[in-house]
Amino acid sequence: MGRKILLEKINVENIHTYDVYRKEGGYEAVEKALKKMTPDEVVEEVKKSGLRGRGGAGFPAGMKWSFIAKPEGVPRYLLCNADESEPGTFKDRYLMEKNPHLLIEGMILSSYALGCNTSYIYIRGEFMWILRILEKAIAEAYTNGWLGKNIKGSGYNLDLYVTPGAGAYICGEETALIESLEGKRGNPRMKPPFPAIKGLWQCPSVVNNVETLASVVSIVNNGGDEYAKIGIGRSTGTKLISACGNISKPGVYEIELGLSVEEFLYSDEYCGGIKDGKRLKACVPGGSSVPILPHYLVTKTSAGEQRLMSYESLADGGFATGSMLGSGGFIVFDEDQCIVRNTWNFTRFYHHESCGQCSPCREGTGWMEKVLHRIENGHGHKHDIDLLWDVQRKIEGNTICPLGDAAAWPVAAAIRHFREEFEWHINEPVKCLEKNYGLVKEPVLAI
Amino acid sequence: MPKVTIDGHTIEVAEGTTILNAARQIGGDLVPPAMCYYSKLDVSGGKCRTCLVEVTKGSEKDPRPMPKLVASCSTPVMDGMEVGNKSSAKVMDARKGVVEFLLINHPLDCPICDQAGECDLQNLSYEHGASGSRYEEDKRTFEKIDIGPNIQLHMTRCILCYRCVNTVDQITDSRVHGVLNRGDHSEIGTYIHNSIENDFSGNVIDVCPVGALTDKTFRFKSRVWFLNPMNAHCKCDKCSGEAVVWMFGDEIYRVTGRKDQYGEVKDFICNTCRFDSKDLAKWTIEGPRHIERGSIIGQGHYELKPEDNIKEIG
Ligand SMILES: Cc1cc2nc3c(=O)[nH]c(=O)nc-3n(C[C@H](O)[C@H](O)[C@H](O)COP(=O)(O)O)c2cc1C
Ligand code: SF4
Ligand code: FES
Repeated sequence: MGRKILLEKINVENIHTYDVYRKEGGYEAVEKALKKMTPDEVVEEVKKSGLRGRGGAGFPAGMKWSFIAKPEGVPRYLLCNADESEPGTFKDRYLMEKNPHLLIEGMILSSYALGCNTSYIYIRGEFMWILRILEKAIAEAYTNGWLGKNIKGSGYNLDLYVTPGAGAYICGEETALIESLEGKRGNPRMKPPFPAIKGLWQCPSVVNNVETLASVVSIVNNGGDEYAKIGIGRSTGTKLISACGNISKPGVYEIELGLSVEEFLYSDEYCGGIKDGKRLKACVPGGSSVPILPHYLVTKTSAGEQRLMSYESLADGGFATGSMLGSGGFIVFDEDQCIVRNTWNFTRFYHHESCGQCSPCREGTGWMEKVLHRIENGHGHKHDIDLLWDVQRKIEGNTICPLGDAAAWPVAAAIRHFREEFEWHINEPVKCLEKNYGLVKEPVLAI
Repeated sequence: MPKVTIDGHTIEVAEGTTILNAARQIGGDLVPPAMCYYSKLDVSGGKCRTCLVEVTKGSEKDPRPMPKLVASCSTPVMDGMEVGNKSSAKVMDARKGVVEFLLINHPLDCPICDQAGECDLQNLSYEHGASGSRYEEDKRTFEKIDIGPNIQLHMTRCILCYRCVNTVDQITDSRVHGVLNRGDHSEIGTYIHNSIENDFSGNVIDVCPVGALTDKTFRFKSRVWFLNPMNAHCKCDKCSGEAVVWMFGDEIYRVTGRKDQYGEVKDFICNTCRFDSKDLAKWTIEGPRHIERGSIIGQGHYELKPEDNIKEIG
């Protein structure tokens, strides 16, 4: 049994209410920090813990915090990124829905560490019911003196607000999130300046994922060193993984980083193996944006070593034979799944979600979707695969924000590892339609 | 003052100057093309990605190259920075890609477009584009929309550079003109079909790098290369009154701002000068406007310099 930190209390009845949360040791970290620690000491503990951002990029949280500018007389803001919209990722919603006070406690600690007196939770608009859960929990925290003026007599003030987005994946990108919070169209900003210098209302700001902030509670309670003992190498602590696809037990799991992919995928404690006794075909280990891995690279790296659930091991081999831990959206495909169809589906998502500011992403995502749709539906040409490759190559790295990369990588990886399947779609359109849909009996002429 | 080297040419520029502006100070064909940046606007650039360049050396202090190509219009130079534009194969390749992206949904209706001949996208495609298209699908199309009585928006041609949006943001106090929807369904709009109540709204036509925003008092009147652009000024209490009048014989067909070699106007002119001053008597003609050699507008255009010393005959 791996250690549980974030989900430790998740099944305690009524843990979402203040009374139960408090009885289970809640808000003790805030008590400890406000009474015994300076803000810098909290930052120091987080640095020691090696905690890395859980929103996707895996940037060390303590380091990010230490970059925040501290000009005299200018407010600073902590923004919690609860926009969770990546296909395959559904961990934050689970945490917030079940245990909202854990996030609130984490935010109080982090705001204290950063010297913020106003903080925001930017939540995905579709999560309206979670917004209500959070608002209720925040009201309880105010009533009990954990938020507001002069928290528990420490002289520290903090106001916490929840703001819903309006249904755009791009508003999870940190600068688009800031624009959206300011009431503007959610277009990512040009960087630099980074949010740590000029963020919300041009003031220094830090954007962190829900899970990152919730992890701070245990770091303050038990010390950064204790947290750093969990995990492997630079991947410290525990991580929430949302597992889905063709597995026996889809769901949200907390793992100690460094768990082997094999154990995660096949043990009954976690995914419970491939559903209905089928064989593994491929796996997207970190949410739709990361490269897909073919079955022979899922549990082993190209060097034949065991693949672990950690930032480093999943990325082993670079993009040629590796992938990324990303946001922990673990999507599993069995032998009957069509990679072309899946790639088309992902690309359709990015096409729909591109903000449309920069030309490579705006036009390229739509183009890739159309070409993939054509291949999937039996109208592909031989040159389409090379065309797709060229289009994704010209998007990647040439855009304002990483959404362009996120759209390009899955296409590149699918072609890299499953080129034969693309070719089969093009050479045998009828057979492929029959297999995937059972629709076509008469031969259709590929245009 | 930081020193920057672009395609082997070194120049010293003021602190905070962008790579693009440093290149413009050097001049010549090492200047990256810019489809969205507009130096006369407070906010612009970063969007079209045509100005991408390769930074092969970050600075004297930190000589590491930048991992990705950067938008030269919004990246400030550092002392000792070395930049590749035309000399970088990576840049040329990426730029070719950007032009292709800009064109896949562009109607390429130059033969019936008023902007033809003075279109930045046309010039860009001529230099960096391919002769054929790899895009086989239907292009996205929109209905034409009137933004007030004098401006027409033909969204199908738009490349979403945001220049007009930034212009209107700058001249008006509230947000009246912006972008609706997202991705490749984005469209410029004045929610919904409003006119822009501002004396300088006509400048959106001048800043538009393509033929998406056109002057309704001029639409379909003439090809620009049949007209003679003349520098002219008038007494105007709203703007400087310094403009270009585009003439056919004795008639003024249209009035625009004075655009420089990068397609940027010197001053914003007012709507009265632009739309309602087609009477020659109102203007003092200064002389023919300088047209770049090689521009199609130069055909049939005579520029006399004083030293030519040509006397009137007859
Ligand atoms: C297109 C796009 C969407 C993103 N969506 C999310 C999201 O839904 N939730 C999230 O926490 N981070 C998201 N991110 C990452 C954030 O930009 C940012 O890196 C993260 O919130 C930082 O928090 P962390 O350091 O705690 O991981 C997204 C990034 C991009 C480019
Ligand atoms: S990469 Fe896509 S989503 Fe990001 S700024 Fe550019 S157009 Fe918008
Ligand atoms: S001019 Fe620099 S990105 Fe458009």
